[in-house]
Amino acid sequence: MGVRRRVGGFVLLVNPILCDGFGHCAELAPDLVHVDEWGYPIIVTEPVALANLAALESARYAVRGCPRQALRIERVHDAH
Amino acid sequence: MIAPESVPRVLRNASGRPLTLSQHEECFGPLPPGAPSLDVLEASGLTGRGGAAFPTAKKARLIREQRGHGKFVVVNAMEGEPAAHKDRTLISANPHLVLDGAQYLAGIVGARHVAVCVSRDDPIMVNHLQRAVHERDRHGARGVSFELHTPPWRYVAGEESALVHWLDDNESLPQYRPRRPHILRIGHAPVLVDNAETCAHVGLIARYGGDWFRRLGTPTSPGSALVSVSGAVARPTVLEIPLGVPVRSILERAGADPDPQAVLMGGYGGAWLDARHLDVPYANDALAPLGSSVGAGVIIVLPRSGCGIAETQRIARWMANESARQCGPCAFGLPAIAEDLARLALDSRGARAAYERLVDRCGAIEGRGACRHPDGVVRLVRSALAVFAEHVEDHVQGVACPASRSTRHYSAVPSLEREEELIWE
Repeated sequence: MGVRRRVGGFVLLVNPILCDGFGHCAELAPDLVHVDEWGYPIIVTEPVALANLAALESARYAVRGCPRQALRIERVHDAH
Repeated sequence: MIAPESVPRVLRNASGRPLTLSQHEECFGPLPPGAPSLDVLEASGLTGRGGAAFPTAKKARLIREQRGHGKFVVVNAMEGEPAAHKDRTLISANPHLVLDGAQYLAGIVGARHVAVCVSRDDPIMVNHLQRAVHERDRHGARGVSFELHTPPWRYVAGEESALVHWLDDNESLPQYRPRRPHILRIGHAPVLVDNAETCAHVGLIARYGGDWFRRLGTPTSPGSALVSVSGAVARPTVLEIPLGVPVRSILERAGADPDPQAVLMGGYGGAWLDARHLDVPYANDALAPLGSSVGAGVIIVLPRSGCGIAETQRIARWMANESARQCGPCAFGLPAIAEDLARLALDSRGARAAYERLVDRCGAIEGRGACRHPDGVVRLVRSALAVFAEHVEDHVQGVACPASRSTRHYSAVPSLEREEELIWE
């Protein structure tokens, strides 16, 4: 109960309508998010393995640190 | 009634004024009694005529499988493309065929309401549709109620999620849809959105069957389609052609310049097609390798005397202004792209830097909006850079291009509205 096996991967998704380009995500998850010249996030599109705990941790920080709550973590099952 | 063997199909008996309900039924016969069937639609292989060419039967099946009563069928006659006139032509020819198709689709998906959406900036179309809907109400609506809606005219207001957003919440702004396919909803009711021309074809398929529909066109894109041809033509026209005929023959029928430089296929979010490829069949699977598509059925002819860069720049600037400004990459990226194109077209010194920036920015913007508006502009700009590659090189070298300074242009871009004057609700 409550144990999720770390198989599969995740992607970080942004809702571009909510996003106002604060740029917190790029500081909290520098490996996953880059900002473009206007300060809006460009997110790595290929799934990251859930076993990569550091990346998952930073993605969670980015989700919680987003002032507009525009970010979301989505699990992808068919990733390696 | 005998089914017509060739084109015109949806524009049959078109005259200066729309057919009344009795004239329409005299010409096409009444809708067949009995339950509408999805299998007929599936057999026809009809694809959406609004630009994405999504199989209509697949979309209808998706909505039919949804639970919920009070479903909606939305007829999209917004026609945001300034170069497109097909929905206008169709509705001024025969609004009842469109309503027939919508009624048939409503029967398939189990909808009770049909919402016909037409831009309020076109009072003649509103009038035609009002009349047609009123006529249907008097003659018994057969279990389906029709309503007419008039959103403001914006380029993105005709995008399906923006249209549903308007019906739901009176704002013509696209919605964020992370997963496709996404079921659009008004309140809780699922919505089937179909282009007006698609509905007209459904109206004919309901009468004459799927096999009849497949008699024209190619196996992968069957049927006929409406094409709006403008630019360097004798006069801008809307033609009904079987899919799969060579693009050159369409241009001949429209009285276009016999030796154009390029044609813009699909509309403002489409792609340029080099004049060398004019013999390609007018169908999506043949155009796809050339980076082009049928899109919303728009062809703009650019003659040898025009400058493709300047033309693209005008379109991109207008498209940037028509952005809903919801997503950063679109709100800031499209004006930047338009600015780079203007540099490339006119500024001989900064042209090389502008060209390099343009390529980078196209890559940065693609796929990062809530709707496909920025992607359309990126596709247009990329195709312009590819098709007019030699001409771009001239601009980068600083060779004077007389056409880019001329005030004559071919893509009929509307004048820019100021940002604070754009009406979204």
